[in-house]
Amino acid sequence: MATKTAIRPVRIVLAKVGLDGHDRGVKVVARALRDAGYEVIYTGLRQTPEMVVDAALQEDAQVIGLSIHSGAHMTLFPAVVQELKRRKATDIVVFGGGIIPEDDIAALKEKGVAELFTPGTPLQGIVDWLRKRFPEGSR
Amino acid sequence: MKDQPKAYVIGFTGAPGTGKSSLVDALIASLRKLDRFVAVIATDPNSPFTGGAILGDRIRMQRHALDPRVFIRSMGARGHLGGLSLAARESIRLLGAFGFDPVILETVGVGQSELEVAAIADTTVVVLTPNLGDGVQMIKAGILEIADIFVVNKADLEGHHRALTELRSMLSLSNVPGAPKAWKPPIIPTSATRSEGIDELWAAIESHRKYLASTGRGERLAAERLKEETAEVAAEIARDRVRRALAEDPALAERLLEEGTPYGTAEEILDRKR
Ligand code: B12
Ligand SMILES: Nc1nc2c(ncn2[C@@H]2O[C@H](COP(=O)(O)OP(=O)(O)OP(=O)(O)O)[C@@H](O)[C@H]2O)c(=O)[nH]1
Ligand SMILES: [Mg+2]
Repeated sequence: MATKTAIRPVRIVLAKVGLDGHDRGVKVVARALRDAGYEVIYTGLRQTPEMVVDAALQEDAQVIGLSIHSGAHMTLFPAVVQELKRRKATDIVVFGGGIIPEDDIAALKEKGVAELFTPGTPLQGIVDWLRKRFPEGSR
Repeated sequence: MKDQPKAYVIGFTGAPGTGKSSLVDALIASLRKLDRFVAVIATDPNSPFTGGAILGDRIRMQRHALDPRVFIRSMGARGHLGGLSLAARESIRLLGAFGFDPVILETVGVGQSELEVAAIADTTVVVLTPNLGDGVQMIKAGILEIADIFVVNKADLEGHHRALTELRSMLSLSNVPGAPKAWKPPIIPTSATRSEGIDELWAAIESHRKYLASTGRGERLAAERLKEETAEVAAEIARDRVRRALAEDPALAERLLEEGTPYGTAEEILDRKR
């Protein structure tokens, strides 16, 4: 049995990338993840892929969660995955949500995005996905 | 150990929302102009129920994200006594070895955390604001004793002058026991969002650093702290050993329950050969 000090919550960097002020969804997700026992670092609006990856590395995060409602998801998601490759940090999982048409989801998954959640997703669905993905880290 | 580069540690504490992160952000900008490498360790409490946390300090400093000479790390205080200081102290040593100087430590002043900061930081900055409810009377017991510098932030807001006056008269009335007479904590008015008063704040931190160095107090504190940290590490190791022994040895755990002798059992476990 692990002692209390040994339990290390999964750390998740959440960000809004690009010119996109829709931050309601990401804030709701942040609270849900905190309540599920995750440590959430929200970096705020208007982030570049470089800023997000830098934050994830400094924060020793295992996951990057992007929220995009601007229509630029086909460039921004792959740009973050690419930046992780460049920084040799491909062990960091990228997932996200926002306004993303069904057809684009498959294409983004092919480009290395682990999972995407669109409007109306129950928050529990996001938590369940993370628990499956990080069975030891979650409590 | 003596030759290893060591970072000067500045602690920022104060009630939630007083502008600690905004002040740190403004201070980073000033220090970068002086070509200093700055590291920040920002702590927030974890939920005692789920262990989760929203670590929200970084968002105020994110404009420095792409500067390789600024390192920002958020930490959950993980809700157990001493845990924060152990993790923070280890990080501070590492950051110092990497050439970061100063290291800034931000902690919300709730519970015992401000005492933990004061026990780690070379200079402790206590951040207050004009809207402290019933004026400065609201200041928590104990916070006066730990402050090396007071900041009254949000100078752009109404009530700022009153808050300054109240704090001044309160400080002149209270003869803080145990505090060294040679250092009188200055009061610095700032507006973090307008970057006002930041140079004065840095000057105050610098003069406190010089005071610590010239009086030998800094050296004494460092020695005391290293001993205290060692004791904390020992306690942590002992706790771990006892928990593990009780989990791995059901007979021992059962005997403890039967006899109800925590002292005896603890000693027995710690006396065991490892
Ligand atoms: C509220 C809203 C606004 C508010 C935003 C307030 C705020 N601070 O967030 C305001 C009025 C400011 C606004 C402005 C605009 N909006 Co608007 N807005 C909406 C609206 C109606 C609801 C969005 C919302 O908050 N939903 C509630 C939250 C909880 O849901 P959510 O964000 O979808 O999040 C869920 C999931 O997507 C997912 N999720 C989201 N992020 C993340 C992240 C992670 C890591 C994970 C795991 C999951 C996840 O989980 C959440 C929970 O289920 C949508 C329409 C819609 N029905 O979605 C349009 C919508 C997003 N807006 C739109 C547009 C065009 C605009 C404007 C450009 C309009 C204009 N011409 O001025 C501006 C742009 C402003 C800007 N600076 O970016 C379009 C986007 C079109 C597109 N991308 O193709 C939409 C889709 C409306 C439409 N049908 O045309 N908007
Ligand atoms: N008017 C005014 N607002 C300020 C000033 N400094 C900070 N704020 C605002 O106060 C709010 C809290 O600021 P933070 O810097 O996050 O405060 P904090 O003390 O770090 O907060 P916690 O870490 O949550 O305790 C934000 O909305 C800031 O914009 C200031 O000098 N003037
Ligand atoms: Mg803060």
